[in-house]
Amino acid sequence: MSSEYIDEVSGISTTGHEWDGIRELNTPLPRWWVITFYITVAWAVAYTIAYPAWPMLSSATKGVLGYSSRNAVKIELAAAEAAKGKYVAAIQQKTVSEIAADDALREFAIAAGGATFKVNCVQCHGSGAQGSKGFPNLNDDDWLWGGTTEQIQQTIAHGIRFASDPDTRQSEMPPFGDIITPEQIAQVGAYVASLSGKVQDASLIEPGAKVFVENCVACHGDNAKGNKELGAPNLTDAIWLYAPGETAIAVQVRAPKHGVMPAWIGRLGETKVKELAVYVHSLGGGE
Amino acid sequence: MKFGTEIVVLSLFAFAALVAAGFGVEGPFRQHMGVLFFAVAGFTAILLRNTDFKPAAPIDTSAYMDGPIRYGAIATVFWGVVGMLVGVIIALQLAYPHLNIQPWFNFGRLRPLHTSGVVFAFGGNALLCTSLYVVQRTCRARLFGGKLAWFVFWGYQLFIVMAATGYLLGITEAREYAEPEWYVDLWLTIVWVAYLILFLGTILKRKEPHIYVANWFYLSFIVTIAMLHVVNNLSMPASFLGSKSYSAFSGVQDALTQWWYGHNAVGFFLTAGFLGMMYYFVPKQANRPVYSYRLSIVHFWAIIFLYIWAGPHHLHYTALPDWAQTLGMAFSIMLWMPSWGGMINGLMTLSGAWDKLRTDPIIRMMVMAVAFYGMSTFEGPIMSIKTVNSLSHYTDWTIGHVHSGALGWVGMISFGAIYYMVPKLWNRERLYSLRLVTWHFWLATLGIVVYAAVMWVSGIMQGLMWREHDEQGFLVYSFAETVAAMHPFYVMRAIGGAMYLTGALLMAWNVTMTILGHQREEQPMPGSEPALRPAE
Repeated sequence: MSSEYIDEVSGISTTGHEWDGIRELNTPLPRWWVITFYITVAWAVAYTIAYPAWPMLSSATKGVLGYSSRNAVKIELAAAEAAKGKYVAAIQQKTVSEIAADDALREFAIAAGGATFKVNCVQCHGSGAQGSKGFPNLNDDDWLWGGTTEQIQQTIAHGIRFASDPDTRQSEMPPFGDIITPEQIAQVGAYVASLSGKVQDASLIEPGAKVFVENCVACHGDNAKGNKELGAPNLTDAIWLYAPGETAIAVQVRAPKHGVMPAWIGRLGETKVKELAVYVHSLGGGE
Repeated sequence: MKFGTEIVVLSLFAFAALVAAGFGVEGPFRQHMGVLFFAVAGFTAILLRNTDFKPAAPIDTSAYMDGPIRYGAIATVFWGVVGMLVGVIIALQLAYPHLNIQPWFNFGRLRPLHTSGVVFAFGGNALLCTSLYVVQRTCRARLFGGKLAWFVFWGYQLFIVMAATGYLLGITEAREYAEPEWYVDLWLTIVWVAYLILFLGTILKRKEPHIYVANWFYLSFIVTIAMLHVVNNLSMPASFLGSKSYSAFSGVQDALTQWWYGHNAVGFFLTAGFLGMMYYFVPKQANRPVYSYRLSIVHFWAIIFLYIWAGPHHLHYTALPDWAQTLGMAFSIMLWMPSWGGMINGLMTLSGAWDKLRTDPIIRMMVMAVAFYGMSTFEGPIMSIKTVNSLSHYTDWTIGHVHSGALGWVGMISFGAIYYMVPKLWNRERLYSLRLVTWHFWLATLGIVVYAAVMWVSGIMQGLMWREHDEQGFLVYSFAETVAAMHPFYVMRAIGGAMYLTGALLMAWNVTMTILGHQREEQPMPGSEPALRPAE
């Protein structure tokens, strides 16, 4: 169906073809389109001359600017390391309490430790170090294994109940379900709950105190304030690792859960562990 | 006997599936073969109920073959609604992780269901039915190969069902947009080659001297997808009675093959194919000649030549050698104008018909599609620039970019084509309701704007938070903090997607009523009829 045809609206002739009523105008290419296309092609050619681009037989052209993404990263990393260098050197030589006492070093260690914390620790302890059920809150002043900078450093470096590290913090509360009767467990649960809050059945408190003295004081102390040498928690504050309340306490007495924290020294190295210790100590509850 | 051969072949196929379901070496494969058995056996049962021992009535081969196209139009609308619904669900899962239902309906399995659902089920059926519609009319020839078109249509639906159920069962090659395992890939290869023969055969028997530009684009899409699909899916099954297979490539070669495929799935499936659609339906609906024949030739060959090399820009700053990254970026920049050639031809075809924008919501939809095409093909080259990419890569910005192209361009041009074709395919005077189309247009447009704007903000925020560092060079945010910061944007994104889905549901209603032969009594669109004026 070829026929000459001039489009009335544009005044441009068509190519003479027609398909199912569709014609095509013979409009030339828009100039701005052609020019922009040539510019992008020229730019692309120039770019491939400047940067590594053209594959040859065994390698590719290197580009006149000598750019390589591996080198670029290497240079950036080296610059970053150099900027941190004097701080890192000082941190390597000093103890954590010396670092914490030096304002400039302390500031640097908190920034560095914070960054390390965000990558390695938030998964368990939360992005605000607030912890969650089974994972301690690091912002408060309730420490299972001690809250001085050195004690925190020890905990981070070697972990808790981390089998493959011989220096790991080690303690396990025995399952008292095998040792005392269910009544006694309920009683001691009520007693421990009463130390920091209200209990439902006050009549259990007194016998519970007796059970406590017979079984628990060895680790948790006469006053139930705990023992950081053994990782035995303070039972008189209202801070609970698993759950508050006499029932939850009784569950923990019967068959205690024992959390595990990995040893980080192998993965992070001495410097980062020190920085982390200073950071965690600075969160608000450091002793 | 009507359907005689089909019933015999399908019964054997169903039996083979049953055998595989019994002897499969692992649970998911046996379940998947069970799905295949029920799909094929069910289809056979339908044929058996409709069979007839009288010889089949002779088919009028002088008319166009529109049966598979009618089914294709319905399938397009159906899969569109399904794919978009899954999209809204996974958007909500990202905002509210409790909505993940393990194991079949978690995000990891539903996400490929969404992408394959909208790209291959919705987009694929739209391309399949419009290409068969267009090629017959612009070649003035009936489809080649007798019942071949039916095989292509039903074979493709079987591919969709097998891919979708495989994802839910946890069967995946974990290659983006190419997740189906080896046996589903083999089936698609057979169907796709049949599609190529069908399309090419129809072009060869054309009664027009020249091949219309829409058909060049459709053909390039079919040929290139065949090549991409075969190469990217080269793999060795661990067992011929199991679902697992291993890629023929390893390491960075595997990554590059995958993104050569992934990028050109966008280039040839979602761009070239839908440009073919645009080149027919825009001039038809506007009743105007195509703006420039020369532009269509030049931008066609430029796109075809340049697009295929741009894939490495998906692997900037990775193990991919620098030279490949440089070339990927250079080709992406050169691709800008060739892509825009299609936009110019689409928009300028309307010169002389711009007044129709006020009265014809279908034209409005097509114009919006071309506008979004222009926007995303500008944004694409920008994002391929390495420095921009170092911010945008792995963030929601990419998701926003994809959706401005997918919802804006692919979705809108397909809706326009469906609204154009359906009354003609079923011999209806007009659509059930043009006002519903207007509602669809506004819901879809506002949905895209919400979606894309929100993803830009959230993506750029995400990228900036990831790289934010203090004066001593330490990173400021943990990953979880960036996730928490994105929550409000995820909620808004789900709302944008839900608006778009609502529009698609209106289309489904409108199309159904049109097919059933109803016409809604409604005021004509303002301005569509000249107002009466008193005589001077």
